[in-house]
Amino acid sequence: MNSKQKPTVVWFQAITCNGNTHSLLSANASRLELFFDSFNLIYHPSLTIEKTLDDILTQNEKIDFLLIEGAITSNEKFFSISNDSTFNLLNKLSSKSKYIIAVGSCASNGGMHAKFTQNDDIYGISDSINEQTINKLEHSIINLTGCPVHPEWILQTLFTLKNYGKMQLDEQKRPKELYSTLAHHGCTRNEYFEWKVEGAFGEKEGCLFYDQGCRGPMTHSSCNKILWNDISSKTRVGMPCIGCTESDFPRENMLETKKNIGIPQDVPIGISKRAYLSITGIAKTFKIDRLNKKLMD
Amino acid sequence: MKMSVGNMYNYFSSKEELAKFAIKYSTNILAIELREVNNMNISSKEKIYVFVRKYLENVQKSPEIIEYFLRVYLSNREVFKQGCEGFLCVGEFVTEVMILLDEGAQKKEFREQEFFPAFGMLMGCLGGFAFLSGENVLDKDLLAYSDAVADNIYRALKYEQ
Repeated sequence: MNSKQKPTVVWFQAITCNGNTHSLLSANASRLELFFDSFNLIYHPSLTIEKTLDDILTQNEKIDFLLIEGAITSNEKFFSISNDSTFNLLNKLSSKSKYIIAVGSCASNGGMHAKFTQNDDIYGISDSINEQTINKLEHSIINLTGCPVHPEWILQTLFTLKNYGKMQLDEQKRPKELYSTLAHHGCTRNEYFEWKVEGAFGEKEGCLFYDQGCRGPMTHSSCNKILWNDISSKTRVGMPCIGCTESDFPRENMLETKKNIGIPQDVPIGISKRAYLSITGIAKTFKIDRLNKKLMD
Repeated sequence: MKMSVGNMYNYFSSKEELAKFAIKYSTNILAIELREVNNMNISSKEKIYVFVRKYLENVQKSPEIIEYFLRVYLSNREVFKQGCEGFLCVGEFVTEVMILLDEGAQKKEFREQEFFPAFGMLMGCLGGFAFLSGENVLDKDLLAYSDAVADNIYRALKYEQ
């Protein structure tokens, strides 16, 4: 193995719960092995031991891929690493990097931490890295949103950039090949959605959109196509999609559907409320016995 | 209609088909009017007042349309059980009622409640007045009651602090 020929990867952890690190370690085993065979992970605070963060900051070599997990603040009293703020450390690392990838919703948009009312200086990386540095990058910053991000999305992004040098991004800087479809696509409960059959948390039957707060029809994500552990997803096991890949995540009361006089406030993306309600009224007229029974007694 | 009874069958395969078409026709008149009201840039309270007036004008101008809905559609459900069940033939009007209620609740002009009690109150109030008008028992001109009916509907829906 010639590590000098492999692109280098630095994983910087800012204000984070480590959820995305856990996610990476849960990747398909053969894919993770391919990652370690193809890239040189020179720094991760929990996984590597040869170099310290100071070593990375003082080295002359460029970093090929800088991955950031967690939100950023310049407030050292709130959070610091080696007596420096995550804001300063991020900017120092970014000035040495060719590609910058936000891993997870906190690094992309501030996530849960941006809701913290005692510190209003918490942001995603795009709002934290200075403009000159951004302009010198070989590629726009890439946001891999999700709480956590799916491990395959991290690997697919790295391999695509390694092999082709660029990716198409949407207006929120997310790779289109991973975020152009909705969590709704591939959901095994779609037939219940079509016929407006409500479901309950944790059960096999029913759609979770009507009462349980499911955001599948308005959330850009491929988590019902690229499955967790290669076998499942939240909605498949009866947990509503909580819209963790969207910039308004986390929202309040995520496990209930906001309704106005019994009518869902939000309807599937790109569909007018009038069109949605027309279809709903017709679908609800028919009671499909098969869909109103338990799958297993 | 200046048309023989038999000639009807050139246009409708059965009496049931004619009945379904008639109910779609009559409710779509109301649906189109309510959609126009929903698209107005006025408060939800004002929308109720405008729509109630339009509705009562219809009752006065074309009583047969509303009478058909009240006396045929609601009283002869067996005629409509195939292909006209539920909201199938009145869907466009129900959708517009949903839009009216949803927008009012979103703007906090209307209080939160389940859909069917709100829908039932609105329709009951409007249907009841068409019935009273049809029976000729009202003291005053029908439109003289418009604001009072609208006020009752609004009070039943309005947001409470």
